[in-house]
Amino acid sequence: MKLMEYQGKELFRRVGIPTPRGVHATSAAETVDFVAANPGSWVLKSQVMMGGRGKAGGIKFADDAAAAKELADQLFGKVLKNEQNPGGEEVRSLLVEEKVQIASEAYASITIDRAAKKPVIIVSSQGGMDVEDVAEHHPEAISKFWIDPAIGFQPFEARQLAFAAKLPVGYHKAFPKILAGLYQMFVDYGANLVEINPLVLTVSGDVIASDAKVELDDNGIYKHPELNGWRNDGPADEDQAAAVAIGLGISNYAKFADEPGEVPKTIGTIANGAGLGMGTMDAIKSAGGGAANFLDIGGGAQAELVRKSYNLVTSDRRVKALFINIFGGITRGDQVAIGIVEALKGDDVRKVPLVIRLTGTNSEEGRKILAEAGFFPVETMNEGAARAVALANGVH
Amino acid sequence: MAIFLDKNSRVIVQGITGREGLFHTQRMLAYGTNIVGGVTPGKGGTHVDGGGAGAAASTTLPVFNTVRDAVEATGATHTIIFVPPPFAADALYEAHDAGIGLAVAITEGIPAHDMLKVVATTKSMRIIGPNCPGLVSPGKALLGIMPGGVFTAGRIGMISRSGTLTYEIVDMLTKAGLGQSTCVGIGGDPIIGTTFVDCLEAFANDPETDAVVVCGEIGGSDEEDAAAFIKAHLPNKPCVAFIGGRSAPKGKRLGHAGAIISGNFGTPESKLAAFAAAGVPVAERPSDIPDLLESRRAVHA
Repeated sequence: MKLMEYQGKELFRRVGIPTPRGVHATSAAETVDFVAANPGSWVLKSQVMMGGRGKAGGIKFADDAAAAKELADQLFGKVLKNEQNPGGEEVRSLLVEEKVQIASEAYASITIDRAAKKPVIIVSSQGGMDVEDVAEHHPEAISKFWIDPAIGFQPFEARQLAFAAKLPVGYHKAFPKILAGLYQMFVDYGANLVEINPLVLTVSGDVIASDAKVELDDNGIYKHPELNGWRNDGPADEDQAAAVAIGLGISNYAKFADEPGEVPKTIGTIANGAGLGMGTMDAIKSAGGGAANFLDIGGGAQAELVRKSYNLVTSDRRVKALFINIFGGITRGDQVAIGIVEALKGDDVRKVPLVIRLTGTNSEEGRKILAEAGFFPVETMNEGAARAVALANGVH
Repeated sequence: MAIFLDKNSRVIVQGITGREGLFHTQRMLAYGTNIVGGVTPGKGGTHVDGGGAGAAASTTLPVFNTVRDAVEATGATHTIIFVPPPFAADALYEAHDAGIGLAVAITEGIPAHDMLKVVATTKSMRIIGPNCPGLVSPGKALLGIMPGGVFTAGRIGMISRSGTLTYEIVDMLTKAGLGQSTCVGIGGDPIIGTTFVDCLEAFANDPETDAVVVCGEIGGSDEEDAAAFIKAHLPNKPCVAFIGGRSAPKGKRLGHAGAIISGNFGTPESKLAAFAAAGVPVAERPSDIPDLLESRRAVHA
């Protein structure tokens, strides 16, 4: 679960990481009232999930209530777009923050290094920039430390990193406390990523988290029921919402946008298991087609889930043919077959040319059920992919 | 010999009285796995029905309250864990505390931070998974949820991040007359106990394994590490790879928590380049694997 900046900063404050003074405003009126009551220079930051919001015009500066009104009216309801997010994202709230006087900008993050099986802290003296770019062009400005999860964070790590990354002296006193807070938050909230970019040293000598990028592990959210209402309806989560709505795991469904220069994505896919699902997409590509989506029914799916999965995948109007690829292990072929037959009985079902491959546990029983309904499965994944591509292209 | 698991492995099932636990206990027994008991806190002293098929036809299995009790009574060396995510880390700690040597964690959805701590503190125990289908040494023992029927005993080692794709590939191998020594499903989570490299190391030292199939997928860098290890340590064992999700767009998490291309990390291009540099052919489709394997074996011979 990715958090908005204002949510990330709420967690920062809980662990003692300083953030700029301000308010999260959900309407233009709230924005104006706040600025009117608190004279000064304020930054209006659009709260969206997409990156690059500044360049997309989502960050504005206001020195008085009149300017705040004009800018807030512009920003609320505006759809921010840039190269990475051509579809754009609507601004529904603003973070109104004091404009800090920047002396220096640094970077600090903690993420999970899968290969090392340890959390890794990354610190850079070049804040405010994309850390991958810094790694490429100024590797000397970046310093890393891998934490032993059994021991946890120790302040010396922060001191060592601050010196190694050549952070200006002004950071040195506050930095160990900020990193300790960041690690505490990383562990307590089960984060995949916590990032402060930039970590600002102000002209008056304070160290403040000016931005927050936080991604929590969906598997660990159950430990924090108080965050249940925090899920954002950003574009990244539409697929997840659709998956959860029919009882699938959160990452078991994904829809793929058409890309310029690529084969149109016209084939729906359903498979049991993530690996087989990915293999099915690849097989369609090999056969000259494009998978419009990925749906993994998981292990041991019952007929009802298969029926709902059929409807979800075909709800994408681009889908001109559907390939259902099942290799039964704990998933039983008869349950899959019943689900397919039931789905096609529905009154409002969208019927698309269907290719079924069914092998493994109880596939004989499944084939019998399908045959009675007039369906005859193909034998192999390659054959199924080729057939689906032909059907999607109108060759019957 | 095989790796990690054979006929002598003495297995207990944590969560044996649950629906999944019991169902798979019976299937594993039917395959010939030496299951010696199970653990469900509060049900110690009872027994479960072994299912009535295969070698262990009329077996009943003792249930214990703790793993420690089970190990003392049965001499168990291996465990398989079927408990829900909030209790899975605890089950692994308990197995480690009782001196278990190898634990298979089937459970899907264990928080990554739980696994970080478990992996860092239970080093004397090999963990397979979590979020994995387990492992099988065909003809000897099966410790997991795989359909036993697709496997055949032989001399090909197989390691995979995926369950069903393993069945797909093994089915092709079997049909091509290529039996398997051990097949390990290492799991699809970001933090797993046993990696491709750990398995390759074991296969390198296994006289009963002649060649290895590595079935990877997008995300992470396990495949890159595997390629480097093969180049350095498996000069005499032909290897063939497959990468699932080569057609996946960036930023989409596909079924497995770990299967995601983040920025320029975990891309198929990086994995293809790593295998190419190690001289390991990558099959475009699972159906190409048996032929590629035969041609690599011919080169090595």
